[in-house]
This record gives sequence, C-alpha cells and structure tokens, in this order.
Amino acid sequence: MAELLEDIKKPENLVHKKSSVLTDNVMHYCPGCSHGVVHKLIAEVIEEMGIQDKTVGVAPVGCSVFIYNYLDIDWQEAAHGRAPALGTAISRLRPDRFVFTYQGDGDLAAIGTAETIHACNRGENMVMIFINNGIYGMTGGQMAPTTLEGMKASTCPFGRDPKTDGNPLKMTEIVAQLPGTNFVTRQAVHTAAAVRRTKKAIRKAFEKQKEKTGTSFVEVVSTCNSGWKMNPVDSNKWMEENMFPFYPLGDIKDV
Amino acid sequence: MAKMIGAIEVDIETCKGCSLCVEACPTNVIALAEEVNGKGYNYAYMANPEACNGCTNCAQVCPDSCITVYRKKVEMA
Repeated sequence: MAELLEDIKKPENLVHKKSSVLTDNVMHYCPGCSHGVVHKLIAEVIEEMGIQDKTVGVAPVGCSVFIYNYLDIDWQEAAHGRAPALGTAISRLRPDRFVFTYQGDGDLAAIGTAETIHACNRGENMVMIFINNGIYGMTGGQMAPTTLEGMKASTCPFGRDPKTDGNPLKMTEIVAQLPGTNFVTRQAVHTAAAVRRTKKAIRKAFEKQKEKTGTSFVEVVSTCNSGWKMNPVDSNKWMEENMFPFYPLGDIKDV
Repeated sequence: MAKMIGAIEVDIETCKGCSLCVEACPTNVIALAEEVNGKGYNYAYMANPEACNGCTNCAQVCPDSCITVYRKKVEMA
C-alpha cells in the first residue's frame, strides 16, 4: 500500500493544494476557526481570477486583524469598524483595483454599522465579506449585536434577553434593501458543499466589481468554537441547529 | 472498470488537529494521530488509506490549508 500511495503522490495527479496567494505563515486562529476557511477561499478566488497584483484588501479589527499576514496582496488596516470608509477611498482613488473589506460582526455590525450602511447605500464599488459568528471572539466571547436570543456569552451568561439586551441584528437583510448593493448573499462553511457554494459566491462578488454597479456583500455564518465553548465539530452542529433558522442561507439580492 | 484512488498529504506542523477533515471525509479515511506535532496537536493522518477516493472534501474544509490531495484513475480487473 505504501508504494501505491507514493505512486499516487505525483504532480500529474495533484487535485488540490494550498493556494499560492496564501503565505507560509501559520495562522494564529484557534483550531477549527472558520476564518481560516474563508481566507483560503478568498486566496483561491484571487488566484483563479489572476488579480493578485490588482487586489487591495482592507483588514478589520478583531480576530482577523492579522489577515494581512496570510494573504499575499496589498493591504490597508482600518480603524475599528471603518473598513468600508477606507475601502471607499481606495476604490475611488484607484478604480482599476479590486477592493474588498473583511470584517467580523463586532466590526461590521456594531461599531461600524454607520460606515457599512452608508457605504452600501452609496453603492461603493467594493466587496464586503462579513464573518458572522454571533460573538466577540478576540476579546473573550462578549455579546455581539448578532448574538442570538437566548445564546450565552460572557456578558450575558444566562442567555441574551431581548428585553434588556436588545434583539439580534440581521445586517445582511438591512443592506439588501439599500439601492447601492448589487449582490447580497449569506453563506456558511460548515461542510465541503457549503465551502464550494461560498467560494462561488465570493467569486461572483469579485466578478461583479468589473461591472462597477455597486457593493457586493457576502455574509458567512461562522463558528467561534473557543467563544462558544465547544469543539469545532460540535460548533458546526450547533450552528446548523441554532444559527441557520435565524440566519437562513442563500442569495438575498442579485441584480 | 475504472476506479478513482486518492491520497492526501498533511502538513503535520501546520495541522492543529481540529478534526473537521475527519468529519468531512465520506469514506472515513482520516483520523487524528496518537502522536503530537511540534505544537502539541494530534495531527490528521490517513488511518485507512485504501478507502481514499481523492474527493478533496477534507482539503475544502481545512481551515489551515494543510492538506494536499492527489487522485488517480486506475483500471480494475
């Protein structure tokens, strides 16, 4: 069997390898974090479209702040929540570049809500990738605007109560109503099939940039297994059972 | 009859042993090793290499992009 395995492992039989846009740095994320999968998908899309030297990313504040260490493209680091504002500037000054922002829910849906809504309303020509795991992962699992009703976090240890803590926010549905968005979708990366669909959505969002008709918004419902205090496999199951009924997957707007 | 046989190569030092690939594998090829890598994680390996058909599901879900997949078509007698 060992010889057969060596026989298979030849360049002509290669079907999947690490994208060349990803750097060799080992990601700092917890084991099983969805961020790694989405980073990989963005890298693969950039590689397939051949736009590595024409892409500018805007990094957020949060766990994914170090994304600039992992993708070998041009980056800007925005202040907390201000990635859409910085992305606006870059896409206006360099219309020949592909611009995307990568933000978590604490960044995009909390401190950066105004920037997000106004950038989408103006229809700035950029892609916004929104990682929604319903918790502040980096700072220790506090309640986020997207935390589900009844979901436990370190600042709502008995579960989120809408009477005192407010209701969870569906950012994707909000931006889908705005005239500036041309493609709004919600995806997940919990299974191989879902990963393939998410890749198609990210690819489509980048392709839409060429038409210059507005903002493309891709939400990825994700897990935070450290924040949720579960192992990666259980958090995927928990996400399917609890997150998907409130955050249903699928394209919301495509014009 | 032709059959697809596959093989995976895991970058042991990058693997964090999250076991998402173990769940994603439809033919139960992958398991976590008893041994640990330099960072102390039980890395993924091919426990049942005969069953691999090179579907790439494990590589799709791997957050650390540490799985390389090979696939070959063989004629079965």
